[in-house]
Amino acid sequence: MSPYVPVAIFLGVAVAAATAFVLVPGLVARRKPNATKSEAYECGVEPTSDVGGRFPVRFYLIAMLFVIFDVEAASFYPWAVQMRALRVYGLLEMAAFVVVLGIGYAYVWRKGGFQWR
Amino acid sequence: MLAALSLDVVPLWVVVLAKSGFVLFVVVTTFAYAMLFERKIMAWMQLRPGPNRVGPWGLMQPAADAAKMMFKEDLTPSTADPFIYRFAPWISLATAMGVFAVIPFSETSGGLWSIGNVNSGILFVFALTSIGVYGISLAGWSSGSKYPLLGSVRSTAQMISYELAMTMSVIGVLILAGTTSFAGIVHAQAKWWFVLPQFVGFIVYIITAVAETNRAPFDLVEAETELVGGFHTEYSGLRFGLFFIAEYLNMIAVACVATLLFFGGWNPPFGLTVIPGIVWFLLKDGFFIFIYIWLRTTLPRLRYDRLMAFGWKVLLPVATLNLMVTAAIVAFGG
Repeated sequence: MSPYVPVAIFLGVAVAAATAFVLVPGLVARRKPNATKSEAYECGVEPTSDVGGRFPVRFYLIAMLFVIFDVEAASFYPWAVQMRALRVYGLLEMAAFVVVLGIGYAYVWRKGGFQWR
Repeated sequence: MLAALSLDVVPLWVVVLAKSGFVLFVVVTTFAYAMLFERKIMAWMQLRPGPNRVGPWGLMQPAADAAKMMFKEDLTPSTADPFIYRFAPWISLATAMGVFAVIPFSETSGGLWSIGNVNSGILFVFALTSIGVYGISLAGWSSGSKYPLLGSVRSTAQMISYELAMTMSVIGVLILAGTTSFAGIVHAQAKWWFVLPQFVGFIVYIITAVAETNRAPFDLVEAETELVGGFHTEYSGLRFGLFFIAEYLNMIAVACVATLLFFGGWNPPFGLTVIPGIVWFLLKDGFFIFIYIWLRTTLPRLRYDRLMAFGWKVLLPVATLNLMVTAAIVAFGG
């Protein structure tokens, strides 16, 4: 049996347990909704404006940087596992990769991409 | 114990099902008592008695909390997107539980004490914990309320930033072990625990692990003073409880991973093989959970800009440098 079959079974059990937990409140909890209760919480004050306002663009920038750098981080993994076989050749290859990555990183730093104002 | 269940008469999938149920039960019970443990330790550090009313020494407190949460009214704000609002805690909890599928707890002559000993162990854990971020970001977004939205956007940015440093921090271990399987990594530590040669990686991992699980001092997600409860402000009753369980399960999971990667898993220190491996594993795991609590009581919360700058400008380069130095040492020496 492939080792992934038990993992799949475990995930099935975890999903079933989580589903049970999500469904339980609907079965046992009392429900007495009223307009005040179902209002969005703003410390007791009636919501003053809608949620969909403007948003700092920094968050999108972080998300983009994450996608770029994380894809590159993923490529370290197969290399790391084979490092003992690759020896100096692998080291030089990865050094070249890290230099390229470092140039991008330095560019983002210089442009203030990591600066949170 | 787990291996002893493998009787020939029962089909294998039934055995796995029973093991899965058992592991989940143990993990959820551990969560319940980790919570009590945390409240007790925090209380003692702050010279208070802590929970001591329900049962002797407060030992029934988790059960009381669970019962209370279950019977609390489950509110959905009228501004919320009802389906995603109810679905988000499910994502958090299912992924937090799923991590334990690949974690080996000990090893005896009967075999490995894990559900599935997969080669991609560490990758599997990182993949599942990344999906867990969706639970938090969708919860805040679907609440249709300002504080949760801000909390969830902050949390998403924080978690993805620190996830990057986290994935980089463990690569040094993979270079030394030459495998991504947890069992292989633990076997490679039979002589020396990787915390010694990978001390820098270990420090980066521990810091990012605290940030990944949104615990103090990186708990800006639920910074009470400014964002009420953060992404789970609108949640009540058991649905709030699910996020709570997920947070603690994540905490236990990263403590398990730290034990496996850096502290030799079930390998006993100083050749103390009389004490079984599972005891060592649990002791090390408990030690990391204690560190979490200790950090929470000791350190004040970081400011958000400093948090992001620390992740990108310090942890990421340090982790990259660490892995390149490790690679150089392996290439020329090992």
